[in-house]
Amino acid sequence: MTLSANRRGWLQAGLASAGALVLAACDRITNNPKGNAVLQSAEGLTRRAQRLVVDRKALAREFRPGDISPDFKPNGSVDPTDADYVALKAKGFADYRLVVDGLVERPLSLSLADLRALPARTQITRHDCVEGWSSIGKWTGARLGPLLDQARLKSSARYLVFHCGDTLEETLDGSGQYYESIDLIDAYHPQTILAYDMNDRALPVPHGAPLRLRVERQLGYKQAKYIMRIEAVDDYRHLGRGKGGFWEDRGYEWYAGI
Amino acid sequence: MAKPEKVLVYRHAAVTRLTHWINVLALTLLLMSGLNIFGAHPALYWGQKATFAHPWISIGAVQLPSGDMKGVTQIGSTSFDTTGVLGYSGKVGAREPVAFPAWATVPSQRDLADARHWHFFFAWLFVLNGLVYWLAGLVGGHIAKDLVPTRHDVAPRNVWREIVTHAKLKFPKGEEARHYNVLQKGAYLAVVLILLPLMVLTGLCMSPGFDAGAPWLVDVFGGRQSARTIHFLTAFTIVGFILLHLFMVVASGTWNNIRSMITGRYAIIPDKAPEPKGEAA
Repeated sequence: MTLSANRRGWLQAGLASAGALVLAACDRITNNPKGNAVLQSAEGLTRRAQRLVVDRKALAREFRPGDISPDFKPNGSVDPTDADYVALKAKGFADYRLVVDGLVERPLSLSLADLRALPARTQITRHDCVEGWSSIGKWTGARLGPLLDQARLKSSARYLVFHCGDTLEETLDGSGQYYESIDLIDAYHPQTILAYDMNDRALPVPHGAPLRLRVERQLGYKQAKYIMRIEAVDDYRHLGRGKGGFWEDRGYEWYAGI
Repeated sequence: MAKPEKVLVYRHAAVTRLTHWINVLALTLLLMSGLNIFGAHPALYWGQKATFAHPWISIGAVQLPSGDMKGVTQIGSTSFDTTGVLGYSGKVGAREPVAFPAWATVPSQRDLADARHWHFFFAWLFVLNGLVYWLAGLVGGHIAKDLVPTRHDVAPRNVWREIVTHAKLKFPKGEEARHYNVLQKGAYLAVVLILLPLMVLTGLCMSPGFDAGAPWLVDVFGGRQSARTIHFLTAFTIVGFILLHLFMVVASGTWNNIRSMITGRYAIIPDKAPEPKGEAA
């Protein structure tokens, strides 16, 4: 069949404006709290489906030393300028103390030497960024489970919140401070560690010195860096903007499994 | 000469029509939100990990000595200037460094968090819709009866004849038009059997949570970054299929085809005096 140039012009213009209308409608849905909530409802389905098909104790794949990325990409904060952090860094983290408090029977304050004396684990795992890239690194750190046993969680504790030493976004209300939260099943997973070494060397600053979380099987933004304090809580809604983490507060999923 | 009488045959079952149009919606939004997601890291790699300095394909913007920006698409060792479409696009004077242009993405602004919400929402719709299609197609016989080629279909002579008549844009009339020809069967089967499931599987392999449960599937694709690459290549193969499909729809009778996918009724012009037989699907 043939179309006259005129008709074709009209057709093209019609298709283009129909497309523009659809795009504008999509943007309106995105920016409408109710519309966005409908879209986000899929997250619950994703989380439940993954919990259904993947055992929560399943281990993330571990790799060989030869697989380690020579160009592991640091992301987010790479050199925090927060005064407290800068002061700690200046002394090589000699004054660093990890505080473990909140809903625990025995609050802890641990130096790096204390942390290195705890039951440790080394794992070579793939770090999957929400942006789409992956890097493979070797992590050594204190297993979180035994550390929590030392602090003796109260029965009301449901989540662990990791308060970090870096401000990733300057805000007036302080909600730009990095933080993350995980549930207790992930906290007691054998591969969940507080890493102080990366690729057999002390954790470098761009990757979260002196201590970062490795909670494998979740995306990169869950792997909180520059951890200063671990707080056991029964709920995280009173923290930040209420979604359980810096990126969660900015629209990303709390369950970062996909 | 009297105009040959048209006969309306019942071509598409309700479930085929419904799942087709849901798929149109889901695939469109999956593609457009996917292009937005890609913009968060517009480079692809092979294997488990990224090799940041050496993607096999990347889209970006570079600043020229004059201060102007240029959109650059790199494939292997070759680079192309794609200003206006890839890497650097928008209205002249208000161009932005973004992998795919605003008119091709949902949301139109670069927005990884919201693009993911769109993507996963319509991924679920796409998967559930696909399951309905498969179940109905297997139980109702649509796949076995209408899509699986017959022995006659796959005879080299027939395949060659179909290729030649398609290339000439001559389409079967009469009795022959009651059934899909071998090229249609092959294309539709490849889409529903290979390409669409491949999108789901490679998509799942990008999930670190899923990977812990099925690392073997990641190995099948050669690693998470390979899965991401295959996800992207398959998406564009599907886009290619859709363009060809739309072209064939127009070339073989736009309104007749569209009507058949809405009401189910497809008009054919019988060869001779039609003997009413059972309805072809």
